[in-house]
Amino acid sequence: MPDPILRLSGLAKSFDTNTVFEDVDLDVAPGDRIAILGASGSGKSTLLRCVNLLEIPDAGRIELNGDVVGNPEKSGRARYPERELRELRKRVGMVFQQFNLFPHMTVAGNVAEGLVTVLGQSSGPARERALAELDRVGLRDKADTYPSRLSGGQKQRVAIARALAMDPEIMLFDEPTSALDPALVGEVLGVIEQLANEGRTMLLVTHEIGFAYHVANRIAFIAEGGIYEIGTPDEVLKNPRREKTQKFLAEHRRFQF
Amino acid sequence: MNYNWDFASVFDNWWALAVGLQGTLRLFAVCLILGMSLGLLVALGRRAHAKPVRWASTAFVEFFRNTPVLVQILWFYYALPILLPVEISPFMAAILGISLNSAAYSAEIFRGGIQSIEPGQWEAARAIGMSGLQTMRRVVLPQAVRRIIPSLTNRGVEIFKMTTLASVVAYVELLQQGKLVASLNFNPLEVYTVVAALFLIILYPIVRATYGLERRLARSD
Repeated sequence: MPDPILRLSGLAKSFDTNTVFEDVDLDVAPGDRIAILGASGSGKSTLLRCVNLLEIPDAGRIELNGDVVGNPEKSGRARYPERELRELRKRVGMVFQQFNLFPHMTVAGNVAEGLVTVLGQSSGPARERALAELDRVGLRDKADTYPSRLSGGQKQRVAIARALAMDPEIMLFDEPTSALDPALVGEVLGVIEQLANEGRTMLLVTHEIGFAYHVANRIAFIAEGGIYEIGTPDEVLKNPRREKTQKFLAEHRRFQF
Repeated sequence: MNYNWDFASVFDNWWALAVGLQGTLRLFAVCLILGMSLGLLVALGRRAHAKPVRWASTAFVEFFRNTPVLVQILWFYYALPILLPVEISPFMAAILGISLNSAAYSAEIFRGGIQSIEPGQWEAARAIGMSGLQTMRRVVLPQAVRRIIPSLTNRGVEIFKMTTLASVVAYVELLQQGKLVASLNFNPLEVYTVVAALFLIILYPIVRATYGLERRLARSD
């Protein structure tokens, strides 16, 4: 097995007295597409947000391509200096449920922003790159409009282009279609599928079980404060071994035919 | 009421009012720039990580918001030179009083604007690797300023009118010169009418212009 792109070991997070998860271990190999499923409130989004340190884990270790992030201490807790947060986030792309585009910038401005402000590129090449990424998500013709003019699906595709422009080593998707009208879900899933086919490494928190089955090579089911069951889509989604996974899938299948 | 309005006696002294107007505009420009930029700094100070900075910024706001500008101007002019070996001109005293007071108020406006920006904007900026300062400069402030332009306009108008308080330390501005003309010609009704009209004539177009700016900036939202 090749060296993992991302290795989480012993990751733990709680809010006040509420333990979200404890002792999560996960290896993500290059090209892995891991779908993270679980009931709402099970901590799947929090886990994803710990990967790029939008949430700071209470304990555990994060390694990105062999680089240990932060300064793990003997207590198991790690300190994450601001500079390391920024370094990590440059290398990890994130797509949010609510898109979070910058409304005061054009579409191309949104995509180029990280290149200019974070990577220090000049505006010419940054715009070129932004246009190329917009091309990839099929929105090059919208480059000079403002986000308020776009549909939800288009906004999310711009958000994906914004993350891709930074050349991330891994992409994180946090329920990327949950805020969309059903009619707009397809175009966003199409883009994600295309990235999966290009061999991009990704972690995907989603409620779209059918899509997860189709696109992911591994499924991680989160319950009881950790990864409850993990395996190939066939293993976890068709023949779940453990009770809570079976129950979750039964509930989600209730309305599918 | 049979009053014979006699504006000729005012316009004969137009130069005195012109000198006053110049003083008013000068004081306004300095206080506007100082008040707003100091206000932004104090607003950022109230969000700082370091507790002493937060505490000092809050104390600044509360102190200058809850003391009258007129008293501050008098205090800087008459009291400060007793405490410190400095000479304070009327211009300086007025700048200090008006700017610091405006800074306190505009700090609250900036703070409100910054707080009104959705957390998702911070997260998106941080997620592509921006620092806190970059996020503030590139993402949060541009949006916040758009939202608070009406309040900042009010503040600017308020600053312009507050310049008349400088007459209390005999700074040469419009009201001070008006007083002078009125006392020489015994025509306070005409003089103060003209002074009030001058304020209206100058302020109204400025306010109209900011409405236009508001509309232009709103177009992208």
